[in-house]
Amino acid sequence: MFSRLVYESFRHQTRRKLLAGIAITMGVAVATAMIAVATDIGDKINRELRSYGANLVVTPQEDTLDVEVGGINLKPPSDGAFLNEADLPKIRGTFWHNNIVGFSPMLPVTVKVGNDSKDVTLVGTYFNKALSFGKQDFTTGVRITHPWWKVEGSCRDGRRAPPGRIEDFQGGCGWPSDDSQNILVGERLATKLEKKAGDKLEVSGRELTISGILSTGGAEDDQIVAPLALVQQIIGKPGAVRRVYVSALTKPQDALAVRDPKTMSPEVYDRWYCSPYVESIAYQLQEVIPHSHAEQIRQVAQNEGTVLSRIKGLMLLITFAALFASALAVSAAMATAIYERRVEVGLMKALGAGNLAVSAIFFAEALLLAIVGGIAGFSAGALLARQIGRSIFDSQISVEPVLFPIIIAIAVFVTFAGSAAAIRGAVKFDPVFALRGEG
Amino acid sequence: MSSMPDQLLTPKQVADRRADAPHTSMFARMLLRAAVLRRRRAASALLAMIVAAAVATAMMNLYVDVQAKLRTEFRNYGANVVIVAKDGRSLPADALASVESVLGARTLAVPFSYAVARTPGGQSVVVVGTDFNRARQLNHWWKVSHWPDAPNQALIGMRAASVVSANRQPFELTFQGKAIRLAPAGMLQTGAGEDSRIYLDQSEFQNWTGVAPSTIEVAVNGTAAEVEDSVRQLARFLPSADVRPVRQIMEGEANVLNKTRATLYASATLIVLTSALCVLATLIGWVFDRRRDFAIMKALGASERLVNGFFAAEAAALGVVGGILGFFIGIGVAAWIGRVNFHAPVVPRFSVFPYVLVGSIIVALLSAILPITMLGRIQPATILRGE
Repeated sequence: MFSRLVYESFRHQTRRKLLAGIAITMGVAVATAMIAVATDIGDKINRELRSYGANLVVTPQEDTLDVEVGGINLKPPSDGAFLNEADLPKIRGTFWHNNIVGFSPMLPVTVKVGNDSKDVTLVGTYFNKALSFGKQDFTTGVRITHPWWKVEGSCRDGRRAPPGRIEDFQGGCGWPSDDSQNILVGERLATKLEKKAGDKLEVSGRELTISGILSTGGAEDDQIVAPLALVQQIIGKPGAVRRVYVSALTKPQDALAVRDPKTMSPEVYDRWYCSPYVESIAYQLQEVIPHSHAEQIRQVAQNEGTVLSRIKGLMLLITFAALFASALAVSAAMATAIYERRVEVGLMKALGAGNLAVSAIFFAEALLLAIVGGIAGFSAGALLARQIGRSIFDSQISVEPVLFPIIIAIAVFVTFAGSAAAIRGAVKFDPVFALRGEG
Repeated sequence: MSSMPDQLLTPKQVADRRADAPHTSMFARMLLRAAVLRRRRAASALLAMIVAAAVATAMMNLYVDVQAKLRTEFRNYGANVVIVAKDGRSLPADALASVESVLGARTLAVPFSYAVARTPGGQSVVVVGTDFNRARQLNHWWKVSHWPDAPNQALIGMRAASVVSANRQPFELTFQGKAIRLAPAGMLQTGAGEDSRIYLDQSEFQNWTGVAPSTIEVAVNGTAAEVEDSVRQLARFLPSADVRPVRQIMEGEANVLNKTRATLYASATLIVLTSALCVLATLIGWVFDRRRDFAIMKALGASERLVNGFFAAEAAALGVVGGILGFFIGIGVAAWIGRVNFHAPVVPRFSVFPYVLVGSIIVALLSAILPITMLGRIQPATILRGE
């Protein structure tokens, strides 16, 4: 009888059930999507913050001072120490290798350029170099760590690339390949030398082809950028690297992050070592690259924590607002659905049903609605989160399966809470009035 | 129904009162009485309306304000515009003053001048002259153990310190034969080029080297378009210098801001939709609850239009009251979120008020249409018979 009552109520009062069902589905969908976005936003914004460039720099331990003014390197190439290029792939072997977005070695040297033998800084680096460490193959270079660098040059098919961001055209028109003898010339230097993409330029007695004009808004606009191997050949130091810029996803700094690892107890040390703080990643970089000193670039590293925590905090508060609005919508729909059925309650009570039996029917219906609406809403919310992730961040926001039971439990709880007051009102309502139609 | 007048009036008295009363008052009275008599239903419908309006207001306020708030956070990344003298010369002496006159006093502009000096050991080291007070405000990320506060004190980069003054003793530097004796005030750590440099007060630096500032770093507040506008203005004012935006900072900021804005927009849309659903659910109950009034009005000869108009007016009234109350609550919520998350108040934006009000009325009317059309299909007799 009980199950028949519930079943018939769903069969015959489709409209009322539909409203409540839609409300629950939408509420749960919004809640799921918002929770998914809020839990993932930290990671997504962290990746966006990487567009500020590297947050760590690795230099030789026993290096002399950098002597650089206005983008001109005044340090002789024989001076100071170098890192070994062969050690670089080991960066991928650190504990937090998945958090390392990319790295670029830099080898600045001063060279004579052109017929009037001007002193210009030539920087050797990786553009998009394919490397491997163990079984992993990966590419890295300035195109990952310095996303604001723009190159204007001709494509392989001779077409001129429009000025714009490098992502806009897949082939990367103008970027030299890492094993070529081609170079990039900074835009101000190119104006001074009156050179454009495709021209030849004499650098330290070598005739090199300018594959593109580089614009960065920084010191590189007055420099020449070339593949690392080429610069090593020019100065005759194979494998030499002055410094390495590392771009890593990090966790905002807290009290533990700034402690000195030497003074930590073993447990604290493990916790510190296994947290992606910029300090612990720097420490691990020093471990894998011999004779190196890794340092955070404070301009980038210090600020991203603040920005990240602000955005995360904002999303958390907004998620609460979304949960609150969904809960309210579900309660309102349930209350309305039950309120409309007071006549039925009167009839049931007149036929001798107790308060408990009547409430049980309503709660069973609510439970059924909550579960069906919850499942539909969860799937819709997962789709919604995916859509948001794809359209805003160009990457997936996946909903953790762990969320499913939690979301269903919340849906059932909110549905019950929303119905409780209405059910109490309906049960208490005098059947005489209800049957006389004075609802 | 349950509301009978306390004292019975004769038909004449009733007729007199009706004649005296303005014609519109019946409509208004019905609206008001309906709200007063069914307090609980009216209150729950109003509550739904208020919550929806409040959430919408808070989201709109935040949407506008958060971008401004985040922009100020992004200014902690330091200068976004750099002015450099062309061809290695110095900037004109009044450059800093003219930058400030162009951009207003609120913008932070810091002069820098560079020279390569020699240590007694013959090592080259870059010495920079600057205004410490300004540099301190611009470059929040500089980790400085102690800022110089006395004459002939210098701020020494971490790596430079090991060369010039390993045990924090006063040291000597020479530039083109002129020597200066400096005391280290504190250490500077940034992880970048600054670590290999020595920073001096600008006037001491100029007395010693005779080199005037060649670079001014400027932090311009505002949107990308405003910054570009400032760059153009500065370029016009300082033809002898290269004015360029720092692309690394500008693009990073634009990137993060755009994504945050889009996420915020998506969330706001979802929340406002959910709130509208809440209003819809409540209003369906509210109109359904009034079906007997509806039937009686029709039975007494009210036209379809009048009845529909009456319900629409009720919904609109609900929308207006809910919209106004919700607006103020929403501003409070936005201010609270601003204080909690950004430690700065969110400025209330009264410009969103018309949108919230009109939006509330539209949502209320739309929500009322569904139940009204549902009721319209039922015969009044059926309702009055209590079926």
